Amino acid sequence: MSDPKAKVVILGAGHAGGSMAAFLRQFGHEGPIVLIGDEPIPPYQRPPLSKAWLKGEADAASLALKDRAWYADNGCDLRLGVTATAVNRGDRTVTLSTGETLSYDILVFATGARARKLPVPGADLNGVLELRTAADAEQLKAALGPDRRLAIVGGGYVGLEAAASARALGAHAMVLERESRILARVACPQLSDFFTAYHQARGVRFELGVEIAGFEGEDGQVRRVRLADGRAVDCDAVLVGIGAIPNDDLARASGLECVNGIVVDLDARTADPAVFSIGDVTHRPLPLYDRMVRLESVPNALEQAKVAAGVIAGRPPLTPEVPWFWSDQFDLKLQIAGMPFDADAILVRGDPATAKFAIFHLKGDQIQAVEAVNSPPEFMMGKQLIGNRKPVSRERLADTTVSMKEVAA
Amino acid sequence: MAKITYIEHSGAEHTVDVKTGLSVMEGAIKNNVPGIDADCGGACACATCHVYVDAAFEGKTGEKSAMEESMLDFAENVEPNSRLSCQIKVTDELDGLIVRLPESQH
Repeated sequence: MSDPKAKVVILGAGHAGGSMAAFLRQFGHEGPIVLIGDEPIPPYQRPPLSKAWLKGEADAASLALKDRAWYADNGCDLRLGVTATAVNRGDRTVTLSTGETLSYDILVFATGARARKLPVPGADLNGVLELRTAADAEQLKAALGPDRRLAIVGGGYVGLEAAASARALGAHAMVLERESRILARVACPQLSDFFTAYHQARGVRFELGVEIAGFEGEDGQVRRVRLADGRAVDCDAVLVGIGAIPNDDLARASGLECVNGIVVDLDARTADPAVFSIGDVTHRPLPLYDRMVRLESVPNALEQAKVAAGVIAGRPPLTPEVPWFWSDQFDLKLQIAGMPFDADAILVRGDPATAKFAIFHLKGDQIQAVEAVNSPPEFMMGKQLIGNRKPVSRERLADTTVSMKEVAA
Repeated sequence: MAKITYIEHSGAEHTVDVKTGLSVMEGAIKNNVPGIDADCGGACACATCHVYVDAAFEGKTGEKSAMEESMLDFAENVEPNSRLSCQIKVTDELDGLIVRLPESQH
């Protein structure tokens, strides 16, 4: 039931919220749009923060999703530095940190996720940083430079991208990971091994299987990381990258169902027909895998922004996309399509020693996921094959003399 | 600054001024030109900023990298003048550039 004049209030001016405002206008929505963000700057791209931005290859203007003028020119009331403090779904109002109360016809939670904190002594010292926002990235950038020592807690994508950027700037990088391998939650062991070796060859050091006891400093500035086994790692700054927590508190308080994020359907709608939710904060269905998941990725934010805007604008439904991710580290481009749910076999196509290979996760003769390093054909064709469920021959998939187009033929 | 005309598959034309140094993709996104998705924001990771470069400008848009070539190979309806617009940097030389957009980026 679309209403082209409906007043849409979007909570959260990140990649999801900002894109949703743009899609609504692109799809011809005429009603007022209010976009509320707690950061001081208009919506921008976050992925470059750990890469091009740290290396000084991107500036605020190039990261912005839209020029500032776009919002006023398109009847989008952009409120920056403001948060919502309460949602009353009964009378369809939102209370803001300014004390103002806004009414809505449609409410969108695009509140994203926040960095998980490490609850240890010294976590509040200067120089103990996280990386979610442009302001975080600015602090990290200021801490990096030739011979500066960065300790990175958490061997996930954020940590590894920051490590690569730190090395590019001549800084030392030491990754401290609790698990016995990096990328433990998000990649298979073969990929972990490859990235560990690639980073080590470029000067990144790793301590695996270590617990952090705390951070120690002098004059309020962090100087070392204390490990639980008593050892200390000297540093000039610490980046804590140990995952993110969905910002679903307000939705939860308003009585919406939350399970590791706000529960939505394939239209990105909650159980309340007037309330949608998009992006990192959602717990969403993934029909391809017959599951509910929370995805932290730009493609997911864009897809849900487009889906929800389309529903509100009365456009025909979109086919659910295959989830995908990417990461740039040194000269490596990692592209991942799908998720390895229910896979019963792992098949490596190509030779990791050449830094050009792909790891396929198979369930019988179907591809569930592909992790492609410097291998666009494997990623692009793999993504198609995941989406259309076409069976493949394992023998041909493993044979690099058979092109991906032939594999899929 | 270069004037760039984006022509949607429907024939709708959008002529906008794009700052030098930005990419042809960024020029479209920042000016809300529909038809270029650019899901990855210019990382050459998604092939959703596919355009057809007008013949008069083919020599001025730079060479395709191996990565771009490889990504384009799997986009839909690829032609010899196909490019990923995130990989074309806007220069003064590109003033007047015309790019046509495919029917869909997915």
